[in-house]
Amino acid sequence: MKKVLEGSHAVAEAVRLAKVQVISAYPITPQTHIVEILSDYVTTGKMDAKFLRVESEHSCLAALIGAQSTGVRSFTATSSQGLALMHELLHWASGARLPIVMAEVNRALAPGWNIWSDQTDSLAQRDTGWMQLYCEDAQEVLDTTILAYRLAERVNLPAMVVLDAFFLSHTYEPVDIPSPEDVDRFLPPYVPAFILDTAHPCSLSPLVTPNAYLEMRYDIATAMEDALEAFVAVDGEFADIFGRRYGAVEEIAGSDADTIFVTSGTVTSTARMAVEELRARGEKVGALKIKLFRPFPVEAVRRALAKAKKVIVVDRNFSFGASGIFAQEVRAALCNLPGHPPVFGYIAGLGGRDITTKMLLDIYFEVKRSDMPVQDSIWVGLQEVNRAT
Amino acid sequence: MQLEALDRELMCSGHVGCPGCGATIAMRFMLKALGEKTVLVLPACCWSVIAGPYPQSSLKIPVIHTAFETGGATASGVRAALDMKGDRETTVVTWAGDGGTFDIGFQALSGAVERNEDFIYMCYDNEAYMNTGIQRSSSTPYGAWTTTTTGADWKKLRKKNIVEALVAHRIPYAATANIAFPEDLVRKVKKAKEVKGSRFLHIYASCPTGWRIPSEMSIKIARMAVQTNIFPLYEVENGVNYTINVKPREYLVREYFKLQGRFRHLSEADLDQIQAMVNEDWELLLRKAGEHA
Repeated sequence: MKKVLEGSHAVAEAVRLAKVQVISAYPITPQTHIVEILSDYVTTGKMDAKFLRVESEHSCLAALIGAQSTGVRSFTATSSQGLALMHELLHWASGARLPIVMAEVNRALAPGWNIWSDQTDSLAQRDTGWMQLYCEDAQEVLDTTILAYRLAERVNLPAMVVLDAFFLSHTYEPVDIPSPEDVDRFLPPYVPAFILDTAHPCSLSPLVTPNAYLEMRYDIATAMEDALEAFVAVDGEFADIFGRRYGAVEEIAGSDADTIFVTSGTVTSTARMAVEELRARGEKVGALKIKLFRPFPVEAVRRALAKAKKVIVVDRNFSFGASGIFAQEVRAALCNLPGHPPVFGYIAGLGGRDITTKMLLDIYFEVKRSDMPVQDSIWVGLQEVNRAT
Repeated sequence: MQLEALDRELMCSGHVGCPGCGATIAMRFMLKALGEKTVLVLPACCWSVIAGPYPQSSLKIPVIHTAFETGGATASGVRAALDMKGDRETTVVTWAGDGGTFDIGFQALSGAVERNEDFIYMCYDNEAYMNTGIQRSSSTPYGAWTTTTTGADWKKLRKKNIVEALVAHRIPYAATANIAFPEDLVRKVKKAKEVKGSRFLHIYASCPTGWRIPSEMSIKIARMAVQTNIFPLYEVENGVNYTINVKPREYLVREYFKLQGRFRHLSEADLDQIQAMVNEDWELLLRKAGEHA
């Protein structure tokens, strides 16, 4: 059934269809619409679930760790400062091998206070052992949230469904809402690997000496590797039932491209338009959308970019002292490939500044004129500002 | 001792507590009182270690170890999941030290109690960060030496009154208990088990290692804490109805203080001042219980 939904509403519909049993959340803009709807679903009986209205994001994730360890499916949504506050427990959730799913609405980190879109919040959590799936539109948000449960429960790792603030969270689009029967076929009831059970008492996440810690970490690393294959399988199963397939990456008009844009999130839609316009002008250009960021699909990225002459990564995020974070990952994926293309890193749209088609066209022609990048990151659209001194 | 549950043993020997550890005694009696239909939430504290390293456990009940400041929150999630599974029988207990309760876990505890989550929060109080090596907490009493309040910088601030902080939440049941009064402790645990909503037990648990006392003095010191009115045994129902369980006045505080290395530096004048503080606190408690002389 098609409905016009806000991106946030698409997340909530997916959580309802996934039959999540414990939800916990703390309000932060721009995540609030997601949890307001879910709170209403629980209150009005549209969902058979408990909603814990906790006093902080830290307690929120702690509550989900308790709930998921007791054997039920759980969910939360957050953004920015909230995700940063959860940091300690992000590690805990993956270390405890709990397939918790969260929606993370990309918002800039303070200071200064800024509620608009910026990916640095989620990307700064790349080493926490959470899978990260970036979405381009509201349909993908709904589908990915359902898919995330299937994937997480298959490899016993938590998953983050990432969507851009406002551009996606607060934008209305037509969305096909699947039937509960189809979702049940795709996503069977949760069967936990281990739980708190008074009939079979065991101790979860206890003290671990150097004799076993290394092996436990290796198990997480292996599960994360397995998640690459699991994603392909689950994505295929999803396509069989719902007729939509996303892929860990998507190649956009790229088979003969000399120059390839690498993007994630809603910027990909802008890149599609830029590619279309440039193709019409005879430019051999393509784009690569990266959906799956953790685990990073190294082989797929290599396959897509190996034949290009130049790669342009547009990052709406930044790692101070290094570069754009997608650019880092792409460079790392390519570095052992003989004769790999140079990677041009562009930083744009931080704190919700628009990334326009024209901006991407300008970037393209600048790169076309350059043989090699002169620096790791070029900041796009910097204005003269009066700095307080 | 009329404790019909005493033959039930849910804590094993072979745990790694120090000799004379009050926290292990408290755990043993608590589990005897609650029985095996109990899930234990264990934020970082001495018991994170005492329970034993993977793959061993000294507890015969399910335990979830969790981050330092999450005792109230993790238990909320466990309770919610049990409710969704239709399990109303199992009791959820958070077992935390004073650092995890008075300090870093206070927000999560306050949040859980404000929501009136249906669980028991028990704080075994050894009056400092003992697991990390005797650093001061907001539970460390006035006058104490710790490794972060040394020499002339011994702690000159009062211990936080945690029960009163919980009472301010109108918590359905709050009580103090003490390892030297096992019948009282077991009775309160059983009573807490029957109450719905949030319940809080503040359990005095001596620490020979951190208090600089011989291990065989653990119980005696704990008993004296009650007998000096330093740690009164009382209960508060619904944040209003106070009952003082023991009203002794057998020792002066200086006798309690002089047995412990952590107070060795205190002068007679300091001890007089502390006696006055204890007397004042006791008078306040009597007034709240409607028993003011």
